[in-house]
Formats: sequence, structure tokens, C-alpha cells
Amino acid sequence: MNHLPLIIKREYLTKVRNKSFILMTFLSPLIFIGLITLIVYLTQLNNNKQRTISILDETGKISQVFQAEANDKDANTKYIFLKGISLEEAKKQVQEAEQYGLLHIRQMASTEAIAQQIKFYSEDSPSQNFISKLERRLSEKLTEETLLQNNVNIDLVKKSKMQVAIGQETFSGERTSKLINYSKLGFGFAAGYLLFMFIIIYGNMIMRSVIEEKTNRIIEIIISSVKPIQLLMGKIIGTSLAGITQFLMWIVLGGTIVVILGLVFGFDLMSAQTAQQQELIAQGANIDIQILISHIISSLPIVNLMVAFFIFFIGGYLLYSSLYAAIGAAVDNETDTQQFMMPILMPLILAVYVGGFTVLEDPHGTVATVFSYLPFTSPVVMLMRIPFGVGIGEQLISIVILYITFAGTVWFASKIYRVGILMYGKKPSYKEIFKWLKY
Amino acid sequence: MSSILQAKDVVKKYGEYTALNKVSIDVPKGSIFGLLGPNGAGKTSLIRIINQITAPDAGQVLLDGEALQQFHIRDIGYMPEERGLYKSMKVGEQALYLAQLKGLSKSEAKMRLKYWFEKFEISDWWNKKIQELSKGMAQKIQFVVTVLHQPKLLIFDEPFSGFDPINANRIKDEILQLRDDGATVIFSTHRMESVEELCDHIALIHKSNKVLDGKLTDVKRQYKSNTYQVGIAGVNNQQLRSVLNEKFELTDADFKSIDDDLKLNIKLKNGDTSNDLLSYLTSQGQVNHFVEVIPSVNDIFIQTVENNN
Repeated sequence: MNHLPLIIKREYLTKVRNKSFILMTFLSPLIFIGLITLIVYLTQLNNNKQRTISILDETGKISQVFQAEANDKDANTKYIFLKGISLEEAKKQVQEAEQYGLLHIRQMASTEAIAQQIKFYSEDSPSQNFISKLERRLSEKLTEETLLQNNVNIDLVKKSKMQVAIGQETFSGERTSKLINYSKLGFGFAAGYLLFMFIIIYGNMIMRSVIEEKTNRIIEIIISSVKPIQLLMGKIIGTSLAGITQFLMWIVLGGTIVVILGLVFGFDLMSAQTAQQQELIAQGANIDIQILISHIISSLPIVNLMVAFFIFFIGGYLLYSSLYAAIGAAVDNETDTQQFMMPILMPLILAVYVGGFTVLEDPHGTVATVFSYLPFTSPVVMLMRIPFGVGIGEQLISIVILYITFAGTVWFASKIYRVGILMYGKKPSYKEIFKWLKY
Repeated sequence: MSSILQAKDVVKKYGEYTALNKVSIDVPKGSIFGLLGPNGAGKTSLIRIINQITAPDAGQVLLDGEALQQFHIRDIGYMPEERGLYKSMKVGEQALYLAQLKGLSKSEAKMRLKYWFEKFEISDWWNKKIQELSKGMAQKIQFVVTVLHQPKLLIFDEPFSGFDPINANRIKDEILQLRDDGATVIFSTHRMESVEELCDHIALIHKSNKVLDGKLTDVKRQYKSNTYQVGIAGVNNQQLRSVLNEKFELTDADFKSIDDDLKLNIKLKNGDTSNDLLSYLTSQGQVNHFVEVIPSVNDIFIQTVENNN
């Protein structure tokens, strides 16, 4: 008798109708977007802070670099140029006016000596970002002065600055670049991280649902009607479907909220980001962002990535969730689950971080390759590697290993499940659980 | 009478511990079978094997002559001692789900649930959650869920616990009705008076072994000590007692009587019948009370368990 559809339906409906589940489904995107908005707002608030500093320039030349900005009314920093007073007087003046600080440029014999003697006085420790900005300007100006003193043609120096971006191409003619590689890693990392989050959130949900059946003592009734493995699979599939529903809702809701926010406040998160990116790219190499994106997408093995994502996501999720269910069956309440959580989380964390770094270092290196075969790390690491091109044969081997291991963990989990769900009041140890396997 | 359930030399071990040691029982069709035993004797282990929750390490269980198979779960209704339902699920939905797991179609389950809910006058609970009901109310639902698929074999573990006397009686009547309709009932309890009242067969498990079984009347016959409770009035009770004491094994008896009798338990001498005793007694005085002492299930239980310790 196949009760699987019935169990899946019940598990799904119970999860989806659960009040806190509904609340989280609707609240999470709001909280998430609220948080991002807050971060963006706070960062801007910080950056937009008005600062006034005084400059005491004994050389009279170096501070010219700030002159242009001093006339700009929209600039965040206002500069006041002091002349003909001593350093002590200047300090006093700045302190009394409650200005942000005083930049002191001493007159020295050489530009080298000037550069070493520049000082900034302030009430508290100044913002390091701000100091860096000043340092950049001053070093530019001082370099220029030095060149001038040595009768060097500055225009020629500026013109002869060369930007190098090594064009990368595989022997089969596939073009890549550093930027594209980073984007690929981004894709892989996003996929791997999504799986990681999914396993943690919904694995826990499965575990709780097993524990709930134990504490409600309904398990004996259910288990006298269906096989434990059916119940186990029904739980895993039902909960996963609920999880997918929630994820889809989040995407739809998140999208809707962004669009609404855009309409109401004229505040466009996406374009703000692109503007920032554009600025970044414009600084480096002058590449059109649109072309770049289309180039990245065309360089990704999209079909392969989608199919692999599907297979590895499901395989990885099933593998871990069967272990979560086994933990749920082994314990009486959630507080007892701690000792068993670590061994589950370790390979996952290892996969995301170690896998992530080694793939960045060398997508086809030994560590990355081994990790993409090991069943407990392969779903995450292989998804990170695929954008860099992994042979179908390699992928197939990894998939076969993953699903064989899954069959093993389900067997293992259902063994523990059979015995564990009827054990009450015992705090199980690993030794105890190992004994259950033989029952 | 053929048997609905036969367990043959069932062995169940949990690691080193033996929960059932070659236990055999034979439950006749249409009977109410009392499965008795002290706490931890192995009753629940046996019941779980019958329900295919766990498998025996050795031995065999036959249901209606066939070795137990997965589909037999339809023929068994089990109410465990530890009652449990999904707390946050609605009563009706939950009952439907559990009935469907037992192989009923949705419409069939709905129809039968309607019948039972009306019978127990609980129709307005359909949309309530279990956590909103009292313990006794949830027990009723549990009972309905157990019997709904009309199984051939019903297993009740402490069915009356949690019920008030009125509802306990009601459940008792329902169990008897189900028996009359053709079901067989296995009944596990520590309440000996309900065993006395309901069961026609019993088996006693103690320390993983079956130590006693059979028809309740046969068991009692086996355990009776040919002792009679006698109320007799002589000219001088004191004198009468010493006369009787010379001839028989005597103990004092305690029962209610309106007469000023000498109250005694008298054991028959070997080879004597009750008539021999009675005719002797009538020659000695006025016999107002003459009853055979039949051991109660309670006595048998305690005696057997203590003898086997």
C-alpha cells in the first residue's frame, strides 16, 4: 500500500498552514529589504557628514590641490585656508571653532621632507577613510611637484600610464577574464550558499517535525499503519515542497516590494547598485556594463549549470535531511540535538568556505576536485566548479557517488528511525545509536 | 473455535536484554483476550510485534492462519497506552488522515466518522484542534480512530484510563458490541476487575516469559484450592470450631451475614466432594452460607507472579 502521497500532502499542508510559517513567509522579505535599506541609508548618512577642516600650509603650494573643492558648495568637506599664523594659534583657532581638524604642511627643503612632516591634528581620532582621502590627494600633488622640480613633462607621464587587463582564452577558444571569473565564482557561491541555507532551515524543520511526532506520542499509531521509510520520505519530500513554496513566495514578494518601493519613493535599489558598479568599472577599464553582463552570461554553461543545480541541490538536500530526520528520531527534545548537530554542520561549513577558497584559487586543483567528489561536500563545491567548466563524466561520477551515499544515509536513518522513534526518556549517545543499527 | 492470532515461540532481544523469550499465545476468534503482566514484562513488545512496528528475532506470528504481512495492518486496530494525536491538527482532518492510512477511501472514512461522531455526540468537535480538547475527549477520538476501519483484531492497551466512570462504561459497551459484531479483542490492562468482567481468555507474561494462559474459567479451576466459605451456627460456636478444626484445614473467613454465624474457610479433604462436606456440616449445625471460594484474577496474578520471582 503506498501512502506516500497522503503523507506528503499532510506534511506539506501542516507546514504551510502553520501560523509562524505564514508569518515568516510574509515578514522575511520585508525584514530583509528593510535591513538593506537601513544599511544603505546609514552608510550614506555617514558618508554625507559635513566636515570642516583648516589647512595651515607653510609652502603655499601644496594645499592648492584642495582649492578646487573648496569652491564646490556641494562638497562634503569644507576647507579653510589659514595664513600667517603660528601652529599654536592655528590649533587654538580650530579648537575654538569646533572644526573637525587641522592639516599642517611644514615648509621643508625637499618635497620628500615635506611629505614626511605633514600632520593632522584633531579632537578625537579622525576617520581613517578621510585620512586616506587626504593622503591620496597630497601624495598626488607632491609627486607632481617633485616631477616638476626635475623638469619632467607631466602630461607625458600622465599619458604614458598603461592599464593592463590580460585577455584569457582556453585552447578551445573560450574567452574569460578576471571579472568574468569572479562572476562565475559568484554564481557558484550563490548556488552553494543557497543549498547551505536551505539545508539548515528545512533540515531543522524536518527534525522538529519528527520530534513533534515523538512528543505527541502519535508515532506508534502512524508506524502501525505505514512503514518508517515511507513516513521518513513523506516528511522529507513534504517539508521540501513547503520550503520551495516559501522560497518562491520570497522571490515573488521581494520582487514586488522592490518594485513598489521604486514606484513610491523613486528609490531604485537596482540602478543604485549599477551606478556604483559602473563607477567601479569606469575606474578600471572602460567596458560597457551591458556588454559585460551579456558576455558573462554567454560564457557560463547555462544549461549544464541549471541541470546540475537541480540534481545536486536535490541530492545534497536529501542526503542531509535524512540525517536531520535520524537525529530527530534519536532524541526526545530539541535541546538534546546539539551534540549531533556539529558533525552535520562541519562538512557543510567546510564545503562552503574551504571549497569556496580553493575553487577561487584553482577551480581544477586537487582540493577542489576531491571536495567535489566527496558526497557531503560535492553538492556545494561542484556547483561552484561547474561555471569554470567541468567535464560531464566528472559530474556524472560525482552525482552517482552522491545518490549512492544518499541511499546509504536513508537506510541508516530509517534504521535509527525505527528504533529511535519508540524510545522515550533515554538521552542517546553515539554508542547507543550504533547499537540500534543492529536491532 | 479457530484462532485469529497465533504467536509461536516469539523471541525479541534488545541488545543483551531479552524482552520476549519464546512466547506463544493463541487468541481464539471472537474472544476478549486479556494480555496481563507486571510492568516491563514484555507485553508492549509483543503488541508491537503483532502490529509490525518491530519484527521478532525468532518465531512466527500468524493472523487468521497467514504469516504477518504488510497488508495485515488493515485488519488490526491498535490503541496504544501512550495516547497520541497531532495536537495542532483539526479533529476531523486528523481522523480522516489516520483512516486513510489504514486503507479506507476518503468518502468511506467520512461516512463512518459521521456515524461514530453522532453516536458519541461529538459532531461539533470536527473543526476543533486536539489541543483544545480535554484528555477524555481526545481519548474518545482515539477510540473512534482505532475501530473505524472495522478491523478483525482490536488491540487495546489500558483502554479505560483517562475516562470517567460513565464514559468508561460506554467504551466497555462499545467493545462488547464490537466483539458481538465479530471482532476479536486483545486487552492489555492492570485493572483486574475489568479483566474479570470482560475477558474470556487470558495470558500472563512475566519477566519475558509466558507463565500462564488459557480460558479464564479453566485457569480459575486450575487455581482453586477446593475451599468453601461456610457460615454455620451451632449450639456453641466455640465448641463447634474446635470439632471442625480436628477434621479440616480451617481459616477464618470474612463476609457479611445477618446471622450470628461461625465464619470459616474450610478446605475439602482429599477425595471428598462438596456434598460430603455439606452433609457433614448440616449434621453439626445450621448452615446459612455455603460458597466455593473461586480465586479472582487479581489473586491469580499476584500468586503467579510471586511464585515465579
